Amino acid sequence: MEKRSVFNSWWLPILFALPQILLILLFFYWPAIAVMKWAFTLEPPFGGAAEFVGLTNFKEVFADPFYWKSVAVSLIFALCGTFFTILVGLVLAIAVDRQLPGSGLFRFLYILPYAIAGPAAGMAFRFILSPERGLMASVNAAFPDFWNPAKYGTHALVLVIVIFAWKWAGYTFIFLLAGLQSVPRSLAEAAAMDGAGPIRRAVDIQVPLLAPTLFFLLVIMMTEGFVGSDTFGIVHSTTGGGPNHGTEVMVFRIVDEAFKGLNYSGASAQSIVLIGLIMIFTFIQFRFIEKRVHYK
Amino acid sequence: MIQRTPIADAFTYVLMVLGFILLIGPFIVILAGASQTLQQINSVPFHFLPQDRFLENASAAWSRANLGTAMTNSLIMACLVTFGKVALSACTAFAIVFFRTPLKHLFFWMVFITLMLPLEVRVVPTYAVAADLFEPFRLLISALTGTEISVEWNLLNSYAGLTLPLIATATGTFLYRQFFMTLPDELAEAARMDGSGPVRFFVDMLMPLSRTNMLALTTIMFVYGWNQYLWPLLMITDPTYKTTMMSLGALLPSENSLPDWNVTLAGSLIIMAPPLIVVAVLQRWFVRGLVATEK
Repeated sequence: MEKRSVFNSWWLPILFALPQILLILLFFYWPAIAVMKWAFTLEPPFGGAAEFVGLTNFKEVFADPFYWKSVAVSLIFALCGTFFTILVGLVLAIAVDRQLPGSGLFRFLYILPYAIAGPAAGMAFRFILSPERGLMASVNAAFPDFWNPAKYGTHALVLVIVIFAWKWAGYTFIFLLAGLQSVPRSLAEAAAMDGAGPIRRAVDIQVPLLAPTLFFLLVIMMTEGFVGSDTFGIVHSTTGGGPNHGTEVMVFRIVDEAFKGLNYSGASAQSIVLIGLIMIFTFIQFRFIEKRVHYK
Repeated sequence: MIQRTPIADAFTYVLMVLGFILLIGPFIVILAGASQTLQQINSVPFHFLPQDRFLENASAAWSRANLGTAMTNSLIMACLVTFGKVALSACTAFAIVFFRTPLKHLFFWMVFITLMLPLEVRVVPTYAVAADLFEPFRLLISALTGTEISVEWNLLNSYAGLTLPLIATATGTFLYRQFFMTLPDELAEAARMDGSGPVRFFVDMLMPLSRTNMLALTTIMFVYGWNQYLWPLLMITDPTYKTTMMSLGALLPSENSLPDWNVTLAGSLIIMAPPLIVVAVLQRWFVRGLVATEK
């Protein structure tokens, strides 16, 4: 889409765009080029210029079993997080969309967790779901060792997924409710005339018509689960990647390896893999949005 | 109301209350815990009723994590990030939409590609740039002219370092771009007819028209700015520049002392409050901004 009426000036647009373009060049492109460079080179241990080593860094990363563990953890985290956020958001959106008295209040409340930063939520949940106090202590008293995220990797992974889902359920709720409200009321009325009850209408009319929104949220939440800033924040503030690498998601491993392990080349090679993954997600998202615009 | 369905209505309420317990329950636990004494909070089972000790716990948390400084720093950081993002994205979108220049596609794609470069994957080199801001220019100049210049500007431990790398925004730029596209062509034509230049058009017509957009973007960007975690963690070592997210660690009960989680929860509640208030009070704008930026 192009505007027909525009201003003619060659220097004004440059002036207007320059501040942001400069920041982007400095803090996005220059670092991205450095990541590329580091991924394919290796600093000699006793100083000197970096040597070009081809794919050695990638081979080293792929040979590391902990790397593949972080891939698996990230995949579980993103898949489960996405599933539960969308499920909770969908159920609540369908309930609120029935517009019973009082549902406005619930709509207002459901969005609130989204305001909380991942690490702050993580801090609170360390208490709420702690094995010795808070909510799980009574369960642990009845069934000893039933829940202990400090000891078992699986429990820790469940904990970070719960925090992620808690925060993002309100987000999917907003989009799904907006999607439901754009479904014409007459469709539901016609179905009711044909004898379909509320649950049947939800399953057979509303959810299928939400398919574009659901797909969009699927892509967004998968991206968020893999590389979102909350993913790092939640893991860093609750479990620190442990116990025994049980919650070490890919972004956490990259930051950890770079700043603790000082292995820039390895971290950069992992970054390149992740950037490739984001590109695929972004590509899918925009292909799909193009389609949605065509159908409108 | 389409039809009378008492059973389904009751079921709907059950679902909504379950959702309330799931999503608001943690807030109630935090609030209850933050207002209890050390004995009460460590008792099993947990008591869900808030007590009267919140102020004591809050002031203990305030001094333990030095929250006065941290809250001020976070507020300054969030406001600078918000202002920068709103201003720069409006300017860039203006350049992309309202001028006939071959550069507009270049600008658009340059901004677009930043979506694929989240901070976590470029964190080390971004840190390196912030530690020595003029390095790229120095290398460029010495490559072009062969002369070595020695200017240095180090952004570590400063508000500039906290905010500048976070100000570039693709979502904000696209929000403005989308809004500018919906404006009728006649608007710019009429402005031109009346003798207004592009700058005047931008300041006197586009800015007032995009007030709604601006408010929506401001709310989501404030929450974004306040909730930044990884970048301040790297950028700041000087305690006078610490933000609230960095003080979370200081709130945690240490390994061998009293498990005073009541103080920790009171502190984390203080830290959560500003974005929570923004979302609660300006929810209409927040939701609008959220839905609009993701299209």
